[in-house]
Amino acid sequence: MVAATPILLAALGELVVERAGVLNLGVEGMMIVGAICGFAAAVETGSPVLGFAAAALGGAALSLVFGVLTQFLLSNQVATGLALTLFGLGLSALLGQGYVGVKPPATARLDLGPLGDLPFVGRVIFGHDWVVYLSLALTVAIWWFLTRSRAGLRLRAVGESHDAAHALGLRVRATRMAAIAFGGAMAGLGGAYLSLVRVPQWTEGMTAGAGWIALAIVVFASWRAGGVLIGAYLFGGVTILQLNLQAAGAAIPVEYLSMSPYLITIAVLVLISARGNRRTLGAPADLGRQFHATR
Amino acid sequence: MKRRTFLGAAATAALIATGATAQDEPLKVGFIYVGPVGDGGWTYEHDQARQAVEAEYGDRVETVFQESVPEGADAERVMTQMALSGADLIFATSFGFMDPVMNVAERFPDVKFEHATGYKTAENVSNYSARFYEGRAIQGYIAGEMTETNQIGYIASFPIPEVVRGINAAYLAASEVNPDVQFNVVWLSTWFDPAREADAAQALIEQGADVILQHTDSTAPQAAAEAAGNVITFGQASDMAEYAPSPRVSSIIDNWAPYYIDRVGAVLDGTWESQSVWQGIDKGMVEIGEITDAVPEDVRAEAQRRMDAIANGEMHPFAGPINRQDGSAWLAEGETADDATLLGMDFYVEGLTGDIPN
Repeated sequence: MVAATPILLAALGELVVERAGVLNLGVEGMMIVGAICGFAAAVETGSPVLGFAAAALGGAALSLVFGVLTQFLLSNQVATGLALTLFGLGLSALLGQGYVGVKPPATARLDLGPLGDLPFVGRVIFGHDWVVYLSLALTVAIWWFLTRSRAGLRLRAVGESHDAAHALGLRVRATRMAAIAFGGAMAGLGGAYLSLVRVPQWTEGMTAGAGWIALAIVVFASWRAGGVLIGAYLFGGVTILQLNLQAAGAAIPVEYLSMSPYLITIAVLVLISARGNRRTLGAPADLGRQFHATR
Repeated sequence: MKRRTFLGAAATAALIATGATAQDEPLKVGFIYVGPVGDGGWTYEHDQARQAVEAEYGDRVETVFQESVPEGADAERVMTQMALSGADLIFATSFGFMDPVMNVAERFPDVKFEHATGYKTAENVSNYSARFYEGRAIQGYIAGEMTETNQIGYIASFPIPEVVRGINAAYLAASEVNPDVQFNVVWLSTWFDPAREADAAQALIEQGADVILQHTDSTAPQAAAEAAGNVITFGQASDMAEYAPSPRVSSIIDNWAPYYIDRVGAVLDGTWESQSVWQGIDKGMVEIGEITDAVPEDVRAEAQRRMDAIANGEMHPFAGPINRQDGSAWLAEGETADDATLLGMDFYVEGLTGDIPN
């Protein structure tokens, strides 16, 4: 669960962004900026909760740069997203100069009383920090928002056909900016989970590709919250499992074990998305297309 | 056109200045680093040594450095720039700078180069490396004495001789004092990925290891061990003292300062010659960080005795009889390994389980 949570958080944010019709490839950059913002805030204030809040703000602030460039100045989304990743990596290195080798305050495990004392189940299911449960709650909330709520319907309309949505009087640009900011905040949380819980320390480039995996999981999950959850947990679970197998001395060559998280995640998610073939793969129709009201 | 003429003239002037370094001008020493100076490990220690050079020679030297230089064409550019701006001696501190060093050295025969952990030399290029396996033998001894579960976890980076040598040295020392000891080696294919190092440490602890050795550079395993409670670890490359007295009970420190001071001094008094060195505990290039109170007094004393014995040559981490993993004989009774075999080591010694990835 610990290995899956950062990817899950970032992928959920990207899911909402893409459902609104925006392709933001800057997840990695927003994650690493979230990692350093959260780390710095947690160290300075001594509170991990404030750290996570600062991480969400930092990620959202960076994503708004992307939002302004792509939604108002109509720059190319793919190129801007890639630039955002490079910018985020550089910016985080700069911000993080004073924080190398510092230990962050510990993020508390949620005390669930007697539940945590249950054998095995207590440790596996109830023995985590609060961010893990937050990420699960957010998965449900986002699923409900996208499929059951009015606002979610509007957001999907904007993603499927921004011209039609505009003609109906929906505010395309405002919706997309909100989605972008939300995606940035989620990526920021994911990054902070790495620097505050999973590692926990600050080092340059510590996201090490997690943002790209999050992007891939959104695609393979055919843009559904449930699929994102399965993908992230599958990837995280197999990552940990292969290390455990190595440590236990399994007679499988190390190289196969190392690639197994990627292979198994792709295989299972392809199977999941194959079921939805009749309704197309599920990509929003206007994904990555620019919108301008006068066109 | 004008600018080009100016640049050319400046370059020529710089070259002349380089060739005719007088005693009254400070010796300019350049350093190029593969990582940021704040990485807390490899590059950090090289930069500490640079500062030691400045402290030793004061006004007689001037140092410049460039951090986070990618291995490849950029390294060549950085070193060319340093040479053009008057550097007399350049330390290139990563294995991947080897070919760039050779190329630049050819173009600047009057500039001297020192390359860390490589194997190529030229008239004006030396290389140097440290016998880290001597330090690992000490850590292995402490690990063998300290483990209660007899399970020792080892986080390994790449399957190169340097890393394999470390595993063998640590295992031999641990199994000598504790024949029941078992090593679990996890290969990560990275020098530095804190998240995966943390996960690997976690996996090893779950498999029952109560001692973690590592050949990767972050402090993430220390953090995982601290969270787990009664697990001990060792600092790698740098002291990592922020985790002392436990889980970090000792460490291997790369101490380049004596060598850098020595070599800069050699350039200053004109005795610098190209060489190829591999130094260990005896010359102080490999240091053992403070062994903390978490280790019993008698084990600390014996570790110290072994350090001294290795330093004065009475003891060798690879002294026969030693068999290879498949049971074939490697070293006979009383025989010690030669450097050529050590430098190319690609096999486990008898008793280690698992395979080395290829």
